[in-house]
Amino acid sequence: MSTIDHAVRPVPQVLVHEVQEPRKTRQWLDWVMTTDHKKIGIMYLVLTFVFFLLGGVEALLMRSQLAVPNNTLISGEHYNELLTLHGTTMIFLFVVPVMAGFGNYFMPLMIGARDMAFPRLNALSFWLLLCGGIVFYASIFWHPPEAGWWSYPPLSSIQYSPSGGQDAWIFLIHLTGISSLAGAINFYATVVNMRAPGMTWGRLPLFVWSILIYAVLLIIALPVVAAAVTMLLTDRHFGTHWFNAVNHGSPVLWENLFWFFGHPEVYIMILPGFGIISEVLPVFSRKPIFGYKAIAASTIVIAFLATLVWAHHLFTAPMPLVVLGFFMLSSFLIGIPTGVKIFNWTATLWRGSLVMTTAMWWACGFIIVFLIGGITGIFLAVFPVDWQLNDTYFVVAHFHYVLMGGSVFTIMAGIYYWYPKMTGRLCNERLGKASFWVTFFGFNMTFFVQHALGLSGMPRRIYTYQPGLGWSTYNLISSIGSYILALGLLMSVYNFVTSYKKGEIAGPDPWKANTLEWFTTSPPPVNNFDSVPRVRSVEPMRDIRLEVEAQTGQLQKTGGSEQFARV
Amino acid sequence: MQPAVNFVRSILGAGRRVGVKWLAPLVAAGVYLSLAQSASAACCTLKSGGSPNATSIASLYDIILVLAIIVFLAVMGFVCYSVFAFRAHKHPVAVQIHGNTRLELGLTLSAVLILVVIATVTFIKLPGIVNAPNSDASANSVLSASLTAPNPPNGQKLTICVTGRQFIWRYTYGANCNKKGWQLPYSYQEMVVPAGETVNLLIQSSDVIHSWWVPALGGKVDAVPGFTTYAWFKAEHANELYHGQCAQLCGRQHAFMTALVKVVTPQQYTAWITQQSKLINAQNDQVAQLRRDLIKQGILTPSGTF
Repeated sequence: MSTIDHAVRPVPQVLVHEVQEPRKTRQWLDWVMTTDHKKIGIMYLVLTFVFFLLGGVEALLMRSQLAVPNNTLISGEHYNELLTLHGTTMIFLFVVPVMAGFGNYFMPLMIGARDMAFPRLNALSFWLLLCGGIVFYASIFWHPPEAGWWSYPPLSSIQYSPSGGQDAWIFLIHLTGISSLAGAINFYATVVNMRAPGMTWGRLPLFVWSILIYAVLLIIALPVVAAAVTMLLTDRHFGTHWFNAVNHGSPVLWENLFWFFGHPEVYIMILPGFGIISEVLPVFSRKPIFGYKAIAASTIVIAFLATLVWAHHLFTAPMPLVVLGFFMLSSFLIGIPTGVKIFNWTATLWRGSLVMTTAMWWACGFIIVFLIGGITGIFLAVFPVDWQLNDTYFVVAHFHYVLMGGSVFTIMAGIYYWYPKMTGRLCNERLGKASFWVTFFGFNMTFFVQHALGLSGMPRRIYTYQPGLGWSTYNLISSIGSYILALGLLMSVYNFVTSYKKGEIAGPDPWKANTLEWFTTSPPPVNNFDSVPRVRSVEPMRDIRLEVEAQTGQLQKTGGSEQFARV
Repeated sequence: MQPAVNFVRSILGAGRRVGVKWLAPLVAAGVYLSLAQSASAACCTLKSGGSPNATSIASLYDIILVLAIIVFLAVMGFVCYSVFAFRAHKHPVAVQIHGNTRLELGLTLSAVLILVVIATVTFIKLPGIVNAPNSDASANSVLSASLTAPNPPNGQKLTICVTGRQFIWRYTYGANCNKKGWQLPYSYQEMVVPAGETVNLLIQSSDVIHSWWVPALGGKVDAVPGFTTYAWFKAEHANELYHGQCAQLCGRQHAFMTALVKVVTPQQYTAWITQQSKLINAQNDQVAQLRRDLIKQGILTPSGTF
């Protein structure tokens, strides 16, 4: 056939030339002044993990207080502060920005771009996030907010929350809101304008799709909450009466405004996670994602419907029956594209050749756990049932299944998957898998029994409870589980920290993956690529490997990561 | 993990032998019957039994639970089976499937069907949950009408105003409790109601948002300042004490804003209400007398201020 002797033709290696000399002295300035999307991405990941640990400590304190009835570890005031801090931290300072961190680092690489569309705006986004976190946490030295992360007035009004903690919360929302909004504009502009030649919309990696939709939802939702918290600020300090019933305002107005933001917010938190799973599963199943078009389309449908379901958070508030019915049906509808994703992920596993690395375990665990969370969401969408279950531990269980079992599991999968690319080293697989199982066990132990607690009548946000109500055993189980969960997560944090220096060198493409971020060195130089290949499919890196195989005769092993599979 | 996988495999195997299309209804019937028998399976079903609306909500929940368990077992079965049967060392060549439109459409339509079933059952049960029934014949409630509150068909009901404030519930008993509350008997924390009578609740708040919730007697209703919200229950058994709690964060002692509903016979209720009125009137008289004495002593001005 060919006259070229395949046996001697060398296999081309991925090589990228560094064009920028790093600083030799005062290297911290490289970080403080950077506009490089990769450095910014790492700063996002590190900062958000610090907030994750802070939020985790808050949660452990809450669970310790609830372990036994009539406990006196933490007072009512401090417990309410902790629950406000925990919810606000996890949502605004961890899950939403960590997705921005992944998006920052990997979206430009996946589309073959040199950086984001607006690098300096990108840096501003990060520093605004840090400022927001500092302003919020500074309140613990005076008086943290106590009105929950939704800050319902009149409880959050100046009359019932006279301290400045509530204002610190308002400023957090504004600062992180601007941070996310600027980031969203950046993501959108980059994806729309800076894709590699040949990367049409039908060839966009699913993670990039999810970042695009995440950006659109942020742009739709954030201005509404910014308006609402500004109205709360003027109510508190400038004599307005938006939410003050005594002067013909309405607390229900706040509820509607807040949840019009709040519901898209939860999809903002999960959609990039879905994107990560859609990247991880095909790589470790050694087959393409099942139903690419359906997954991309369902992401768009979910985002659209996300703006139409908000009042299911208000089913117990004064509302006409027809409104309740509409929101029940719209909430049902949004379950369908989500179900499509779950079917497609399961079908991606089916008849694949599964390499069970740590990232893959997190991804498979995610499917099961998110499924439970999604199903309990259906219960809550049925408004007569929600009349019993709203504001109980059933809801707490539901959202922890979708947020922790959902978002956090995808974040862990993403870190284990992309750690080699960011640091050039592999994580310890044995420790990683052990961490997964400990976390999986601890997570289910903590939150599964909370369904039963809600069904037995335990409301949310109570700092203690009486014995003899049937709640004590479940609470104790849940609290013990929370410690096991914390241990599992700490094992992973330890893994990330120690593998940075001691991990095995990874090379450009340790997993034999499908997308363009693996077509550069690990870690990539500032300029990302020497040249960007023309994209011909959804899996450009796989195409490159197959082309190399065809031209050199070097068989690229189908399950190239066997070294990580436990035989 | 292995025993769980073997269990799932045996179910799948059984399905193939019995004919998969019979398996789901069999599992459904089994789960539903076992739930129905363990009526107070506190771990996994809603509290009910105090009032017909609570019972309707609980049975609606049970139906959804059965469907949920089936869907969960099915998907989990496929995922667990894949993770064990398709490992790289057992299944070295992955089948390069890009999709299967017919399968996707079929699964999507099944999901839609399940949701249509749940929605239909909900709308069928809704009137029983939202509309108040007639009181029993032995009840002696007052005839009154209201445009927005739930109204039993024959109009006979007992009206109680529930007022939430930080951190206690107050109940005012009587038909005009919304307008002339200060003239009517009241109690705090523990509500006394007669069995067999439809009780209409007018729920209000005097400070922040609270939420009235006695699980055995029905769903919760928020008490929002500036609004009056409505609920009803009809306590079916006398000599019962139902526990409830405020279900919306309302401040530092939210955990202690509990409620009790004591169900007594209609005769006991009438006796209690009369006694309560008498005690309250006696106290009011005492206060009035004290005020007159203080005015006489010059400690209070004639208009009653210091």
